[in-house]
Amino acid sequence: MSLHGAIDVVVSDVVAVNDLIKRFHFVRPDGEPLPAFSGGSHIVIEMHDGETLRRTPYSLSSSPFETGDYQVSIRRDDEGRGGSLYMHREVTPGTAMRISHPANLFSLDKRAPKHLMLAGGIGITPFMAQTAQLRDTGGVAELHYGVRSRALGAYLDELSARLGPRLHVYLDERDERMDLDRLLSSQPTGTHLYVCGPTPMIDAVLEAARRHAWPEAHVHHEHFAKSEPGEPFTVELRDSGLSVEVGEEQTLLEAIENAGVDAPYLCRGGACGQCETRVLSHEGALLHRDHWLSDEEHASGEKIMPCVSRCSGTLVLDR
Amino acid sequence: MSTSRIEPSIRSRPVYGTLCPTPATSHLCIADAAGGAAVLELFGKVPAGFAESAEIDYVPGAEDHTEALRALAPARFHVSPTVQALLPRLERHFERMHMGTQVYLAGSETLIGLAMKAGMEAGLDFEAMQTEHRGTLARRVQCVHCKGISEAVTTQPATCAHCGLLLLVRDHYSRRHAAFQGVNINAEDPSDVPPKEEVFP
Repeated sequence: MSLHGAIDVVVSDVVAVNDLIKRFHFVRPDGEPLPAFSGGSHIVIEMHDGETLRRTPYSLSSSPFETGDYQVSIRRDDEGRGGSLYMHREVTPGTAMRISHPANLFSLDKRAPKHLMLAGGIGITPFMAQTAQLRDTGGVAELHYGVRSRALGAYLDELSARLGPRLHVYLDERDERMDLDRLLSSQPTGTHLYVCGPTPMIDAVLEAARRHAWPEAHVHHEHFAKSEPGEPFTVELRDSGLSVEVGEEQTLLEAIENAGVDAPYLCRGGACGQCETRVLSHEGALLHRDHWLSDEEHASGEKIMPCVSRCSGTLVLDR
Repeated sequence: MSTSRIEPSIRSRPVYGTLCPTPATSHLCIADAAGGAAVLELFGKVPAGFAESAEIDYVPGAEDHTEALRALAPARFHVSPTVQALLPRLERHFERMHMGTQVYLAGSETLIGLAMKAGMEAGLDFEAMQTEHRGTLARRVQCVHCKGISEAVTTQPATCAHCGLLLLVRDHYSRRHAAFQGVNINAEDPSDVPPKEEVFP
């Protein structure tokens, strides 16, 4: 069960942004505007890849004020479970697809006198929408953007035009690094901090924010856990009376859905908490990969987030 | 130990905690009257070097802890005659401050509310500021009819200092106004005048 319904769309354009990133444009078949969204929102894209049904979250990177189409920018991940490869190889203009309504787990706090945004690589996508939103609503954004090389830095020109001197770019190829201590100790009262990027970057920023006594209410991060492949295992669904095999390339949530069980979800990235499920018993270890449950909950063995987490043996859920 | 006498009520009614030192780049303590004692107790719990990175702004009142606070030797110490006189100073503090300063507010609800309002106007989340209530329970009350604010209200009901209506002082609180809501208590029959009781001493 998608908590936010599904929208039938057609791919109207596919643009190669650079060697690794493609941008996909979705429109309604009837040409009507898509639902309104706010900067930082994501959609879940359904992909029917042969026998496999994948549902993967992607941030919307277009302006919230232009809903004639939705745009997502997807980096090809040759080691992932195949969602980005499917999008890069199979999806072309004219492809009919289904997407969820947008949901926002990374929204701007509009009370902030200044928004400090830190992006790493493809983590730039939510900030594309947010900087467009602030440009049109008059908020102050300062963006620090780390990328491997100038050639792989998506949207540098567009961001430079939008932000001028408030864009700071750090190129790995030139050994440039963000100075987090300087950055986080020099922000005016009321600044809100937003970070999106690879896990080590997010961890480093959150740690630096704690070190510099930033209040929790002022620190926001967007982190979709990758549902990595793993060993196959069996899950028993007590309420549904089913026993389901979870394949190597499948998530627990996908296996439950394929068995015809209507399970709740929203972000499919271990962040939002919607799919939280009670574990009745388990053999082998629970392989937690979410950012939702606390360390205590992880250790208790009583709960699991089926969108990203797995089990090394047989698992029994009350679903 | 908090010595607040505030009883649990509706969700809108603010609750306060006990000041507790938090690791931060610098510390801004704002207190009035009995709130000075809360700052003294805070300094009893702080690690070495705290005072050098701390600033205290104090408004003496029914109690005066000025000399004891000055003896804590904070990096800066300033005494204001009234909470209203302190406010422009606070605005300047928040303007020049950086993220990483911990704010501590102690004393009357009026001091805590107005200082918090100044912090919020500078963009700080209200939960980012520590609070501890000490001393008087007197309230700032906004009349819902004329919107005027009456200061230091101690009775229930209370007369609006602006339009003169007799107001039921509610626990319904506005962080934006730093005031409780006052609603006319005898609108149906103005000749029915309930006796005033001193309930916010």
